[in-house]
Amino acid sequence: MAAENTEHAARKDILRIATAGSVDDGKSTLIGRLLYDSKAVFEDQYEAVERASVGGDYVNLALLTDGLRAEREQGITIDVAYRYFATPRRTFIMADTPGHVQYTRNMVTGASTADLAIVLVDARKGMLEQSRRHAFLASLLRVPHLVVAVNKMDLVDWSEATYEAIRDEFTSFAAKLNVPDLTVIPISALHGDNVVTRSTNSPWYDGPSLLHHLEHVHVASDRNLVDTRFPVQYVIRPQSDDYHDYRGYAGTVASGVFRPGDEVQVLPSGLTTTIAAIDGPRGPVDEAFAPMSVTIRLTDDLDVSRGDLICRPANAPHVTQDLDAMVSWMSDEPLRPGQRIAVKHTTRSVRAVVKELQYRLDVNTLHRHTDADGLGLNDIGRVRLRTTQPLFVDDYARNRVTGRFILIDEATNATVGAGMLTPTS
Amino acid sequence: MTTPDYRLSQLETLEAESIHMIREVVAELERPVLLFSGGKDSIVMLELARKAFAPARIPFPVMHVDTGLNFPDVLEFRDRRVAELGVHLIVASVPEAIARGTVREEPNGSRNRIQTPVLLDAVEKHGFTALFGGARRDEDKARAKERVFSFRDEFGQWDPKNQRPELWDLYNGRIHLGESIRVFPLSNWTELDIWQYIAVENIAIPPLYLAQERDVVERQGMLYAVNEFITPREGEQVRRETVRYRTVGDANLTAAVLSTATTVDDVIAEISVTRMTERGATRGDDKVSDAAMEDRKKEGYF
Repeated sequence: MAAENTEHAARKDILRIATAGSVDDGKSTLIGRLLYDSKAVFEDQYEAVERASVGGDYVNLALLTDGLRAEREQGITIDVAYRYFATPRRTFIMADTPGHVQYTRNMVTGASTADLAIVLVDARKGMLEQSRRHAFLASLLRVPHLVVAVNKMDLVDWSEATYEAIRDEFTSFAAKLNVPDLTVIPISALHGDNVVTRSTNSPWYDGPSLLHHLEHVHVASDRNLVDTRFPVQYVIRPQSDDYHDYRGYAGTVASGVFRPGDEVQVLPSGLTTTIAAIDGPRGPVDEAFAPMSVTIRLTDDLDVSRGDLICRPANAPHVTQDLDAMVSWMSDEPLRPGQRIAVKHTTRSVRAVVKELQYRLDVNTLHRHTDADGLGLNDIGRVRLRTTQPLFVDDYARNRVTGRFILIDEATNATVGAGMLTPTS
Repeated sequence: MTTPDYRLSQLETLEAESIHMIREVVAELERPVLLFSGGKDSIVMLELARKAFAPARIPFPVMHVDTGLNFPDVLEFRDRRVAELGVHLIVASVPEAIARGTVREEPNGSRNRIQTPVLLDAVEKHGFTALFGGARRDEDKARAKERVFSFRDEFGQWDPKNQRPELWDLYNGRIHLGESIRVFPLSNWTELDIWQYIAVENIAIPPLYLAQERDVVERQGMLYAVNEFITPREGEQVRRETVRYRTVGDANLTAAVLSTATTVDDVIAEISVTRMTERGATRGDDKVSDAAMEDRKKEGYF
């Protein structure tokens, strides 16, 4: 990273990336390459990798991403690892996730916060079942931007025809998945072609290098600035002499824009009032939008507590106890109809019962198994839940914040599932 | 700092995310405590906690696991900051635990490992259910894999193979009696982010983070300033150098780096071009093995 001043850093934004792939696809090598070429790798780290790279003609950059002892011992990636690198244009947070089907839950976890997903394809093998699954999971989690990195192009002699065949096949598959933005880049992670700079090996390719694309992809329009949603997280009451009457509703704006003077409605009471003031980390602000953490003060003294939601009267979420959702199941103990479970949705926690499992989805073929009697570890299916209390929800496709929830086992307290709300059928 | 296209800068984004995490803990867990050493990361974490609840006071105490090997500068800073904020400080003392016989001094003089039982005893004594720690994921490869809400069993142990999935910003703070959650609000911050935030927000830090002339000795390629815990050994040459501290750990094990940075902006300029990791450059205790941090964390370390 070049030297940069603080002013400049204050203007940069963050791009969150998820990568999925296995060691065989060259994923670790690609990440090592991005970290190394963007100078996010330090000398002491590089020396350790150099020492460990026994044999071979080049330093094994894949070792830069090794994490836990068990992973090094078994030569596999088990869990999501978070990596950080930056260029003068942008800061990147990369969720590095394993690619095999038995780690689907880790891929879902990594993709949950991502603005962009990178799916790796081995140019020699073309689009495999695994590549389809990775693209599907990215679309299920509504990651707005998808990059297919066609890797190991050096091993197919930089064949334009090979690249085009993979690109065309992926493009038609992505069209079925509602992927809004797809970019297909031919690379060699091992040698660095088209990773940071354009390669002379692919004169037929006129698109950007991978890093150039990551630096320039436009993410500002991905956010929902229309639907005003503010889940109340915590009530601030100083009870001090200076702030005797202060009562503020702290939380993170889920979507939309809030301004002092706005008429708002509080759910579930349905009462309306106006915003008196909004306090940000540095004092009062004129407007608040996602993902700002602020404290809203209301003109009227209403009974508002954690789990309530502030919105505009003319643009309110659905208030419902019936949830239809795609659920990614993450526990060894299967999900079954009739089961009781805890739901955490925004700042609201409720109990629920599984009313129906409509189908289990084969994540490789996208076939819907309507005869399924449960969801096992790493399965994905469409589920209907009935909650003990109403939730304030939107479809996940429209609102990634109010359209999502997690499922918690009430006996073990483990997080056992992730849900994305779909329109009620 | 906001722009018309409703975009937050990277520091504003990180700040908002951290405040969300801190509030979530207070909303869901009964007895949180924030681990505050007076080091730069915990200073930023405490500042974020202040912002999360302003204008109310921070609704939990802070705790320092005092190894008895602290830089006096840092202890002084710790006490002053705590007094300014009106928060209650709990000190869990390693020397007292050694005197009581609950832990034993390690032969190499490092109290890094024996902090853990002292921490766990204090957690049990006060009944804390959530501990805020200032660890960052860019610090170490074991930390790169840890959750923001990191579940610990009744012995404070971390099980890296059995972590709760953590999706979106929906944190799971549910625990049974005796269990606890370690929370890392600075998970996604890098060393440079911390310094830039200190600069932008004009946050006070202990003076040893800035360059001063000090008497130093060189050990295994690292520069240690002579102080009450470090005395020159036979054959070691004491020399005068201008150095600053990049991390603040125990005074007997934390090395300084050559520097001319006398302001926070100077520090940022130096860090932007440095080619060594923070811990690699300054911590004698992390050089033990490739998995030193992972092993300590499994035992209940921060």
